[in-house]
Amino acid sequence: MAVKEDILRKQFPILGLTVNKRPLVYFDNAATTQKPVAVIDRLRHYYESENSNIHRGAHYLSQLATEAYEQARENIRKFINAGQNHEVIFTRGTTESINLVAYAFSKKFLNPGDEVLISEMEHHSNIVPWQIACENHQAHLKIIPMNEKGELRMDQYRKLLSEKTKLVAVTHVSNSLGTINPVKEIIQLAHQNNTAVLVDGAQAAPHIPIDVKALDCDFYCFSGHKMYGPMGVGVLFGKEKWLEQMPPYQSGGEMIKEVSFKKTTYNELPFKFEAGTPNVADVLGMEKAIQFILEVGHKAIARHENDLLQYAINRLSELENIRFIGTAEQRTSVVSFLFNDIHPYDTGTILDKLGIAVRTGHHCAQPVMDHFQIPGTVRISFALYNTKEEIDVLVKALAKVREMFG
Amino acid sequence: MSGIKEKEQEIIEEFEIFDDWMDKYNYIIELGKSVPEINPEYKQEKYLIRGCQAQVWLHADYKEGKVIYTADSDALITKGIIALLIKVLSGQPPQEIIDADMAFIDQIGLREHLSQTRSNGLLNMIKQMKLYALAFQKSMPQNNNQ
Repeated sequence: MAVKEDILRKQFPILGLTVNKRPLVYFDNAATTQKPVAVIDRLRHYYESENSNIHRGAHYLSQLATEAYEQARENIRKFINAGQNHEVIFTRGTTESINLVAYAFSKKFLNPGDEVLISEMEHHSNIVPWQIACENHQAHLKIIPMNEKGELRMDQYRKLLSEKTKLVAVTHVSNSLGTINPVKEIIQLAHQNNTAVLVDGAQAAPHIPIDVKALDCDFYCFSGHKMYGPMGVGVLFGKEKWLEQMPPYQSGGEMIKEVSFKKTTYNELPFKFEAGTPNVADVLGMEKAIQFILEVGHKAIARHENDLLQYAINRLSELENIRFIGTAEQRTSVVSFLFNDIHPYDTGTILDKLGIAVRTGHHCAQPVMDHFQIPGTVRISFALYNTKEEIDVLVKALAKVREMFG
Repeated sequence: MSGIKEKEQEIIEEFEIFDDWMDKYNYIIELGKSVPEINPEYKQEKYLIRGCQAQVWLHADYKEGKVIYTADSDALITKGIIALLIKVLSGQPPQEIIDADMAFIDQIGLREHLSQTRSNGLLNMIKQMKLYALAFQKSMPQNNNQ
């Protein structure tokens, strides 16, 4: 199925909005994507006819909701090609998934003097949890540097891997640069070194197929809201061999087998890591979003988004004094740039006045900005509903920006 | 009418002549270009108010019962709005600064720049301006009354 823009766009009610008296151009998809009617309807349907607490209560609704929730787990397992349902843990999002591993994996496996390896292009949510974990366990955080194009320096990575390296945490796709990292190679090299690998897939999940079996990653994290699903829900995939050995991250109901004041035994996977009442509605919404992606098809999405990316780069290159930040050979759906020495905040403010939503600033990746010695960038990021006409609108708007600040 | 309210009224009248947002922003950008640069010795970490998007440097002096502010930003629109804030608050007595509600920002249609989502340092800048006023008032309470 090809991406038929007009039909597709109609499935996203918010895209019909007028902002500052102009039709909304939404180019902030790396922050969060908009939601199709199917996802919005799914949430509504759940609360209208299925809502109940799950995994307890023998009544009809509880059973209905439990079955829907566990079916969603099965469908999400298929989506990422994981081996077993209990390797799919539902979380609040990528940030919580990473925090869970940073806490529980480190508690079991990270010892004084050990090392955790992350990259220079990580989002803060894949930096700070590891800083805290390293501090708690007297371990050291090491950084894989990147080159001027915004690609990881694999030669440096090889050198950094040592017998002390317990875990590598790296992003699949950079949120600020759009770089697609060679995660498969990163994982292979780590495994030769007996090192586990966590992949932050928040920016990859909406754009490229995820196959945790082919990647052979130990952990994979992503968020529902960046892939057309609801906010507040995400996934942690973890290999059973790790999850079994890791202690619980949070505690309470659902995650226990037996509780007495003397001793509590923990529930089996995946429930050991899902303390408290889960976010059932949003899990079902995320399942629907995944179904939506599969219906449009990864190939059609990739073709359309790569077209947009190329078109955007070509059109923006026509402007004078534009500096692209991040020019990796392998990249997707993100263009970060600086324009005419105009501060990104100034550019973003005027674009907003013209109805164009972009992200400006450091994109929660300050080390990336430090690398390029810039205060931030203007970032446009695409989803499957964006069009070339919208890019034309942006290029015209940037001419206006230059006029105002020139 | 307090000194601050008078200044606010001047700005509101100035902004009334603009027909559209673009004229208004062109004016703010021009203000941004003309604002007196902060003394370079104050453009350092100690005086920096960090926003997620833009940075602001703020310095305050206390002379003859009045607070004198100078400030700067790396973003021009932010700098233009700083010029307005300084016009209103600089040279006023601490108590008036502490009491100022800055309602004029809303009236000239720039409220969005003071929202949390913008994270451009302006909201924290106003807070910091008031904190300076409070500190000066506390350190030299007699000056105000003499």
